[in-house]
This record gives sequence, C-alpha cells and structure tokens, in this order.
Amino acid sequence: MRTVALFITCLADQFYPRVGVAVTKVLEKLDCRVEFPKDQTCCGQPFFNNGFEKEARRLAQRMEDIFAGYEYVVTPSGSCCAMLRQHHGGAMGKKTYEFSEFLSGILGFEFSSVQLPRPQSLVYHYTCHLRNLGIGDRSGQTLGRIGNIKLLPLDRADQCCGFGGTFAVQYPAISGAIAEDKARCIAASGAPTLICDDAGCAMNISGMCHRKNIPIRVMHTAELLAEAMGLDTSRW
Amino acid sequence: MFDFDRASRAAASDEAMKTIVTTAVLRQYTARTAEMKVLPDSGALRDLAGQIRQHAIDYLDYYLEQMKRAVEKNGGHFYLAADADEARDIILQIARRSGCRRIIKSKSMVSEEIGLTAHLESAGLEVTETDLGEFIVQISHDRPSHIVAPIVHKNKASIGRLFSQYFSTPYTDDPEALTRQARLHLRERFRRAEMGITGANFLIAETGQVVTVENEGNVRQSVTTPRVLVSVSGIEKILPRLRDLSVLIKLLARSATGQAMTIYTNLYGGPRAAGERDGPGEFHLVLIDNGRSEILAGEYRQTLRCIRCGACLNACPIYRSIGGHAYGGVYAGPIGALVTPLMNGLGEYRDLPRASSLCGACFEVCPVRIDIPRHLVHLRRDIRRQKLCRLGERLLFRIWGGMLRRPFLYRFIGRRQKKKLRRLADGDGWIVRLPKPFSGWTETRDLGAPAEKTFHELWKQKHG
Repeated sequence: MRTVALFITCLADQFYPRVGVAVTKVLEKLDCRVEFPKDQTCCGQPFFNNGFEKEARRLAQRMEDIFAGYEYVVTPSGSCCAMLRQHHGGAMGKKTYEFSEFLSGILGFEFSSVQLPRPQSLVYHYTCHLRNLGIGDRSGQTLGRIGNIKLLPLDRADQCCGFGGTFAVQYPAISGAIAEDKARCIAASGAPTLICDDAGCAMNISGMCHRKNIPIRVMHTAELLAEAMGLDTSRW
Repeated sequence: MFDFDRASRAAASDEAMKTIVTTAVLRQYTARTAEMKVLPDSGALRDLAGQIRQHAIDYLDYYLEQMKRAVEKNGGHFYLAADADEARDIILQIARRSGCRRIIKSKSMVSEEIGLTAHLESAGLEVTETDLGEFIVQISHDRPSHIVAPIVHKNKASIGRLFSQYFSTPYTDDPEALTRQARLHLRERFRRAEMGITGANFLIAETGQVVTVENEGNVRQSVTTPRVLVSVSGIEKILPRLRDLSVLIKLLARSATGQAMTIYTNLYGGPRAAGERDGPGEFHLVLIDNGRSEILAGEYRQTLRCIRCGACLNACPIYRSIGGHAYGGVYAGPIGALVTPLMNGLGEYRDLPRASSLCGACFEVCPVRIDIPRHLVHLRRDIRRQKLCRLGERLLFRIWGGMLRRPFLYRFIGRRQKKKLRRLADGDGWIVRLPKPFSGWTETRDLGAPAEKTFHELWKQKHG
C-alpha cells in the first residue's frame, strides 16, 4: 500500500472540494492510503506568474517543508504541479504528480479496466500546463478507454481557455474573448460533459458557458473515474 | 501614450477582424504542425538551431567584424547604424550619392521599425513596396499586423474595394485578378527602378552574404534589376557559417507558413562581378542596432535568437483574439510583447508582458527555443520592481502572500470568503457580478459559487 499526500490547491479547496473527495476515494480504491496535511495553502503560482519571485519561493518552500515526510504528492491540478516541478524544483518538484499522471505512471492503472454505468458523450479540455509538463494526450484518448465513453472531437483542442490566473481579472476583454472561443467550440462539439483537470480552467469555461447559455457539465477526471468505479463523491 | 487597454478591448470585440485573423493564422499553424512532422527529428533540429543562434549572438562582436570584412572583400559597403535616425540617414545618403530617385523595396520588418519608407518619401524619393501584402499596406496607409503576413487582418473584399479605388477599375474580389492588377502595376516599377532595398532573413558572417526567403520573386527582382542594392537588417540576424543556414532554412518557412521551403531563396553579397550578367553595380549592407546591444547586455539576450518566423503569433490565443495592431508596436504577438517593451521601454508598453495567460503555446512552436513565457514573467518582475504597476496591486499581493504563509489565517479567511461569495450568488449558485478587485472576472463571464464546505472543512469533518 502506497501512502499519498493530497495537495488540494487553493482553488479546488474553495470551488471544487468534491474533486478532492473524488481523488481521495479513487486513490483509496486503488489501494493507496491518502493523507491530507492541513497546513497546506498555495504553491505560490500566482506570485511566480506575477513576478513576485521571493514570495513565490517562500510559499513553495513552505510546501516543501509540509510535505517533507511523503514519498508521493498528488494534486488534481496540472498547473500547480507544473509550478512545483518546473519552477520550484527541489524534492517537492520531483515527487509531485498530477492526478491522471500518477494513476497511469506510478500506479499503472488501466483506464480501460473500468466502465461508466451508462453511455456518455464527452469532450476533453487539454490544459496548457499538461502541455508544458509534456504529459497527457491532447485529445483525451486515455479517458476514451473508459468503458461506455464516447469521446467527441473538440475544435482547437490545444488552444488555451483564456484563464491565466490573475490575467483573467486584469484583462477581462482578452481573457473573455479567448474563453468565448473555447465555449463556442465546446458547444459545437455537442457534448453535454467536459472533462477538465484544472480548477482555474473549469471556473473560466463553466462561467463563460453559463454566461452564454451553453449547457455543459464540467467534471474532473477523478470525478469521472469515481462514477465509473461506483463511488459516491457527494459525501465521504 | 499608447493605451493598450483601449486598443485591445476594441480589437477583442471586433468579430469580423478576429474571424479573418484566426482563420488565416490557424491555417498556417495547422500547416506548420503537419510540415514539422516530415522532419526526422524536428525537436533535435530546433535544439541545434537554438544553439547556433545563441552562439552567434554570444559572439556577435566577432561575427560582425567577420561579416564586415567579408562584405568589403566582396566589393560591398558595410555600415553599422546605432539607431533608427542614423540608419535612415545612411540609406538616404546612399540614394542621394548614387543619384537614385526610384526605389523598389521588398519586405523588411526592420525597415518598419525605423520608419524607412516614410523617411525616404518625405525626402522626395519614390518608394514602392513590392511584396503584395506590403504593397496593400502602403496604398491603404495601413500598418502590417503580422511579422510574416502583413495584411492578415484584411479579407478579399476589402482588398477588392481598395484596388478598385486605387486603380480605378471595376470591383473584383478574385485573388488571381487582384494579384494580376498589382503585378502589372509593379512590373513597370521594377523596370524603371534605380535602387532596390531588401531586408535580410540571415547574414552569413563567413561569406558576407545576405539570405532572403520569399514566395513572390519580388526580392529577386530587387536584387537583380536596379543598379544600386541596399540590404537592411538588425545586427542580430547573423549566422557564423554557410552550413549553419542548412539548419535554419529547414525551420524558417516550416515555422512561418508551413511550407517545406519558400519558392525563392536568395543569397547575395556584393555588386556584380566581372563577367556576371546581372546584379547591381553597388551593394550596401546597413546593419541596425537600435537597442539590440542593450538587450544583448542584459538577461533578455535569448530573445535576440528570434528569426522572425511568426510561429508564436500563429499559435497565440491572445494574438488570435486581438490581432496585431493592438500590440501598439512594429512586432506583434508573443515575441512583440517582449521586444516592444525591451526596445521602447517598459513604461509605455508595460501591459504587453502582463497581457498573457502564459499558456506556453509560443514556446512550444518556437524554432529557436526562446522561452517566451519565462521572459514575460521576468518582465513582470521588472515592472513591479520599477513600480510601474499600481500600488494597490502590489499591496494586495503582499497581503495575500502573508495570509498564505499562515495556515490558520488561510483557513479562516477561506471560510469567510466562501460565505461571502455564496451570498452573492443567485438561486442557482451563479455569481454574475463580483465586487472590486475581482470585477474583471464577471465583466465577461459568470462565476460558479463555492461549495457549502471547503475541502479543508470536509476533511476535518471526516478525520477530525
């Protein structure tokens, strides 16, 4: 049995706590022991991206100390994983994994080994930080191996959703135009569900779809797997 | 003073322009992706190209000397201009000394940078842009909006209307017919031109040659027809040896337009030699610093690797959403967001490095591996250090950071913020209007309200 420390990230903590529940339950189902160091806060990404190098380093170093005793750290966010791995580096960077990456790479989990109770169509959002980490496939083929899933093609799949952290608030017209383009492509795909493995992108895309009256359910891979494994993520 | 916020807002809401630009750059982006796959190992080739370019700029002083000697050995004249003023003046003097009044000019971003055409025209010379796109820019008194495709923001209909008015001919939007009109017009200009001006894609220090790539044959005309030839380039375009070109040339057109090669590749480096049947009587090479050696001396040196292929523009979601003019400088897109403030100062152009989602698409396609997102982040740091962003913003980050370093405070404020946000939400759990400083978010999209309990609370509930 592997012991895994969960790094929930500040956005998922606030906006998508159910993703944390799903990650925990799926990992437990796959024979992992999940722990949650409660002093964790933020990896420092907003500070790093805005050029506050010292503050970013202090925050990342905090995380390094808090997770010091663990062999594996798993996070449901590609961008926070990239922050720790590519920008902070250190021991924390080496042992931090994005959720799907951990499942395939470390646990050797086969997505084809599970299936959804009912057939579902979905599109996959390829987040920019997966590109920057060089992980994941752009069209979500891995997810497509889950039984009963029909993966639909998404136009301009490798184009950013326009989130970009504080950029979305500082330059709403540009960020909004990019998000609107993404929302249009998603609407054109005809899929009722979008799989998105980053809380920031999920907030941005779902918020734009809601503004434009595009009905879409945004889910994390962990939630989809939980559904396929028959796990209830609405409660512990 | 350049107002990026205004320019980018106007551009982002210009649906017609966005559609034209996006369609065109996506075509080039898709072609690039396909054509790169043809190379046996494009990744390694790009590594090598980056190393060659880095080496060339690391030893730029040496290679510039070598270039000068080689050009002079070929019988050409070599000039080094410190800034735009000096460069324009050198070129005007060349025209005056040689008695040239009619100039044909091919595409050159550096000539845009120094405002060359306007300067020569105001001195009474006739300058004709011979690249079709640049010709259209010239007769419509517009500005290029893309490094490689200057009229990427125009469609067939607007060019049709322009030509109908300019040539006093009936309207057509048939590209072939339009091109034929321009071609006939330009043919006459080629015939009587006394001086040709070209840019440079590369300079070969070893041989003293200028390399230009093109699809229309107008550069070749400019090189072979007029009696005086002037080539202008930034000092950084140097390659040490001719064989280095074999690496870069494989990447340039592929990255730019998705072509394996352009239709024409021109190498030239001096006046007509004895026994040669064509070529100019005089050859002048004008290399322009204009802030480059200052960039070379600092931490942004790597940006001088750029070969102006425009791949980063095509890949960029921001460029696709606002086009090139909104960047306010000669160079648009991700590379423009770096070089415009580096060359013209962070003060006026401080928005450019900040207006990025740092998605990394530019770095992914860069043929010479310029880590654009990293440099953008460093410029943001400079902006903060030079106190060019608002005090409130700096203060907010400071408070935020202080909170994140105190887990008790983080959890406490997190819970309070969650409650506050939930109160702002409508019955379906959506927030349509956020207060400052977050109001930007809801200007263009809604926000799903946070869940009833944070994950920290949920975990505590279960595990104590």
